[in-house]
Amino acid sequence: MSEPEPVIKLENLVKRFGQQTVLDGINLEVYPGETMVIMGGSGCGKSTLLRIMIGSIKPTSGKVIMLGQSLAQLSESEIDELRKKIGILFQSGALFNSMTVGENVALPLREHTKLHRDVIDLQVTIKLNQVSLLQARDKMPAQISGGMKKRAGLARALAMDPQILFYDEPSAGLDPVTSSQIDELIMNLSKGLGVTSVVVTHEMDSAFRIADRMCMLNRGKVLKVATREEFEALRDVSDADGFSQDELLMRQFLRGDPEGPISSEEDKGGFFEELGIFSLR
Amino acid sequence: MAVVGNQIVRRRAGGPIHWIRLLGSAVIKGITFVGGMSILLGQTFKWTWRGLFRRKVRFSHHHLIQQMIRVGVRSIPIVLLVQFAIGFILALQMAPELDRWGQAEQVASINAIAGFRELGPLMAAIVLSGFAGASIAAELGTMVTTEEIEALQVQAINPVRFLVVPRVLATVIMMLCLTVLADLTLVFGGFITGVLQLGISPARYYHLTLEALTNKGFLTGLIKGGLFGLLISLIACYQGLSVKPADGSEGVGRATTVTVVRSIVAIVIMDAILTALFYVYNFFER
Repeated sequence: MSEPEPVIKLENLVKRFGQQTVLDGINLEVYPGETMVIMGGSGCGKSTLLRIMIGSIKPTSGKVIMLGQSLAQLSESEIDELRKKIGILFQSGALFNSMTVGENVALPLREHTKLHRDVIDLQVTIKLNQVSLLQARDKMPAQISGGMKKRAGLARALAMDPQILFYDEPSAGLDPVTSSQIDELIMNLSKGLGVTSVVVTHEMDSAFRIADRMCMLNRGKVLKVATREEFEALRDVSDADGFSQDELLMRQFLRGDPEGPISSEEDKGGFFEELGIFSLR
Repeated sequence: MAVVGNQIVRRRAGGPIHWIRLLGSAVIKGITFVGGMSILLGQTFKWTWRGLFRRKVRFSHHHLIQQMIRVGVRSIPIVLLVQFAIGFILALQMAPELDRWGQAEQVASINAIAGFRELGPLMAAIVLSGFAGASIAAELGTMVTTEEIEALQVQAINPVRFLVVPRVLATVIMMLCLTVLADLTLVFGGFITGVLQLGISPARYYHLTLEALTNKGFLTGLIKGGLFGLLISLIACYQGLSVKPADGSEGVGRATTVTVVRSIVAIVIMDAILTALFYVYNFFER
């Protein structure tokens, strides 16, 4: 891969909630057009990392540079301008329950553009078509299934033609078929539209399907950033003799083994579950 | 027994500290609430101003009307029922006392004064805090837990502009309308008692009511109504938006209860302050 300017660059990011350090010196670069999967167990800080990247919460220290601009140096209105260039698919879809699916997709266009109603209608049709959800246009979010909600959320995230798409646990709570359909969609959007994607997940099947590169987090630190192939090799190696503790831990996570370093850490209560500050949903 | 004794001793030892802690936490909560409400009020004014006078900022009339229907129109029957009953009861209760002094007719004046100055806006506000305040808090609280508020923010849609402004404006406008309706209904409740029970002629009752009414009485009642509406909607929005995503349904329930309790307390305190300003210090001349 040629290495142009990264679209997202995290420099020594630290986030503390009170005494607890949730993120501890994260460095990560995401390049244009690639799909970066950020993975890790519950409470490893990946949701917090996502929320810092989208500007929902501020880091305690460190820098987030997105599309060439440092978030910390931007005013609220400048951050809003930047936000118009990114799209986010939330874990629950986060559709506005008082609006139909079509109105949900139209909302960012209505709010941020001066396009005529007919043009917005056309845009909504295109976006819903991209996620194969045109038939649900006039339905309320409560009337559609979980997978459809995610697709509708994705159509809404696409509404402003974003340069970067963030996905928070895109396949959580979905059946395997729907989950792989969502993965297909993510890949199509990434390859077809050239959108840079950042996916936070702990579903390994899905991660290996969509990732170009992967980043493994554990206890607020980056253990490894590598291509999918390297992680696949680490997962598939049968003889783990001579592996470092970190490699053993990643291997256990990738394989989903019940026994290993992660289990013994959990026994020690090393994870942040009890914190409950960031999303564990 | 010894264990129980130990516990009692320990509790006694922690007694004063415990109370100081409680006091401290109550003070912090109070300051946080007042501070948060002030910021929300400022933001609401800012976005209302910008929405009304700046072309760049969108102001959705559609949302405003939607909220007005939800907040106000649907609560009209309950407000009318409550006000009618209060007018009716007030007249019934006062009649024997006034009759002893041969002043049964004064039921009309007292009802008019009490209704327009005080009971109209106050009771309408209390009904609305249970009706609209609770529903706004529950709605916004749920939106926090389902990530809808965060979704708005990351789509660069300001939640205060998009959610709070239409709700606050709708509540204030509808409280003004409800106050007028409440005043009239309360007087009508008294009228029914006066005419059917006390034998005052309808024309006489009407005349006495008009005589008792002043512009000041009506306008101060209206000002109260509008400010109560502002209080209810701000408290409801503040409590709803204060729910944490991790609080879940329990947090939403708490926000709803707290909204009703705080609204009623705030309304009564505000009422006392306004009444003092209007009638003791004659802030608002006849």
